[in-house]
Amino acid sequence: MNHPVLLDPAALLATTPAGEDPASTFIRLLTVFLLAMWVGFEVITKVPQRLHTPLTSGSNAISGVTVVGALVVAGGLTSGFGSLFGLLAVFLAMINVAGGFVVTHRMLEMFNPKKK
Amino acid sequence: MSSQAWINLAYLTASMLFIVAFKLMSGPRTAVRGNYLGAAGMAIAILAACFEQPVAASVAKNGIWPLVLLAVFAAAGGGIGATMARRWPMTGMPQMVALLNGFGGAASMLVAAAELTSTHTVARFGEGAAQAAAQTSLGSWTQFAIAIGLACLIGSLTLTGSLVAFAKLQELPRFKKPWDDPNRQWFNLGLGIAAVFLLWGMFSNPQLLTFLLLVLVAAGLGATLTLPIGGADMPVVICLLNSYSGLAAAAAGFVIDNSVLVIAGSLVGASGLILTAIMCKAMNRSLVGVLFGGLGTTVSVDADEVYAGKIKAAETEELAMVLEQADRVVIVPGYGLAVAQAQHAVRELADVLEARGTTVEYAIHPVAGRMPGHMNVLLAEADIEYEKLREMDDINPTFPETDVAIVIGANDVVNPAARTDPNSPIAGMPILDVDKAQTVIVVKRSLSPGFAGIPNPLFAADNTLMYFADGKKALIDLTAAIARD
Repeated sequence: MNHPVLLDPAALLATTPAGEDPASTFIRLLTVFLLAMWVGFEVITKVPQRLHTPLTSGSNAISGVTVVGALVVAGGLTSGFGSLFGLLAVFLAMINVAGGFVVTHRMLEMFNPKKK
Repeated sequence: MSSQAWINLAYLTASMLFIVAFKLMSGPRTAVRGNYLGAAGMAIAILAACFEQPVAASVAKNGIWPLVLLAVFAAAGGGIGATMARRWPMTGMPQMVALLNGFGGAASMLVAAAELTSTHTVARFGEGAAQAAAQTSLGSWTQFAIAIGLACLIGSLTLTGSLVAFAKLQELPRFKKPWDDPNRQWFNLGLGIAAVFLLWGMFSNPQLLTFLLLVLVAAGLGATLTLPIGGADMPVVICLLNSYSGLAAAAAGFVIDNSVLVIAGSLVGASGLILTAIMCKAMNRSLVGVLFGGLGTTVSVDADEVYAGKIKAAETEELAMVLEQADRVVIVPGYGLAVAQAQHAVRELADVLEARGTTVEYAIHPVAGRMPGHMNVLLAEADIEYEKLREMDDINPTFPETDVAIVIGANDVVNPAARTDPNSPIAGMPILDVDKAQTVIVVKRSLSPGFAGIPNPLFAADNTLMYFADGKKALIDLTAAIARD
């Protein structure tokens, strides 16, 4: 098959290039969104039922990635409601991140008991 | 390379690590590494975020303290999360996951709120009227506004939905009974319409007031949608909320134009949707049915008619003898096992049987318990080997060669009516075919029906022995009786 190269990964990941109109930004992000959804479907259908709980808690931890957004928003502001919201978001998202990864690890340890 | 390019490269690395983390979830051993890689990806993304232009500009202007403030809040959250995760009992995993989902959703909503207020601030007090005008003109706002509206809607809905799910799973007294007000669908419809209008309002002119109203309406909707859902449908709700928390993060990524948020968010969104579909399939119900229907229990089967005179209750000694003669025993756990905290007792029974040369395996129904894979985690906690936990399709053909099947705390997932009675509310639901085993031992406190509210013909079957007792005590007594002989 001969697919033309439609997407330049570097361009996909670049934060708003100068002069990019909002519609293009939106479509660029939508492209990333749909491709990542697809990857997600492909990868996750292969996870066996027995590991569904760690999968749920692990993906839960990853959904805490919103902490990145929270840091950028909160760090850029120095006063007002905006920074308060941002800091609260950092706090809540970090509970999600740390809690998710630690509990997943704890569960997976149980699935792999140490050989005595 | 510009510093922004380095940051983007870090985000790309993090995104790849997340994908690999999901990929490695396919086996119990590789999954440990996957989890580490996921955490590493998160650490990289968090570090990169601290170098982003808005943060860097703030640091240049105000010195180090913005970073200190961020670190304090992040460390507080991380500390609480890690402590919670270490102390939380394994039987309460569904609650914990629900709670964490809620926090994630709330964080995404707050990111959108912070971005909205900050843009307002810039527009009002900002750097020149021209820029302010550009910020508020409809054209350049629309895409941004759509994302803010969605992050707000999904995030708030996830927060309250998760809190209600948590309350139900924790069996807080006020939440024990599903909300069954006959007018609840109208209530949902009203809130739904209000949400659509407010979203549309956000799209055309993003205002803080509209945003706050949308938060309230979405939060209400999250609660009213989750309140009517019963315990056994919780796995679906947990998966769906998990998916939402990912989608909310992705929407927040659209708001601040950040690819790692979009990628990680959509991965989680996809994962939650797949699990939701698997759970629905395992119950033979549609998602709409679970979310809005309740179980159509209009078909009433008379329990007395099914059970009358056919129930054989057995004593400990008799059951111990049956088990001693068995070559192959299959244990079928259900939510009742988690409630009775009987996972270690199961393990001890299996140990004495195995010491006598009996083969012991475990049959796990996909929706047994309150979240996907719930039973596997409980049994793993009792050090039961992963290889002995068998999935439904895998173990069903082996029931005819099974001497004894022991059902502990499971009901609807072993109800043969799903196979035989086309009028049953659970007709067509895939079940574990325990009735095909030589002998079935059902450990149960009473003949009370399961979640579906229907009698179980299995209990009245010729090859079934009922053992009326608390799950944990029953197992300990059985173990002792077998060990004595």
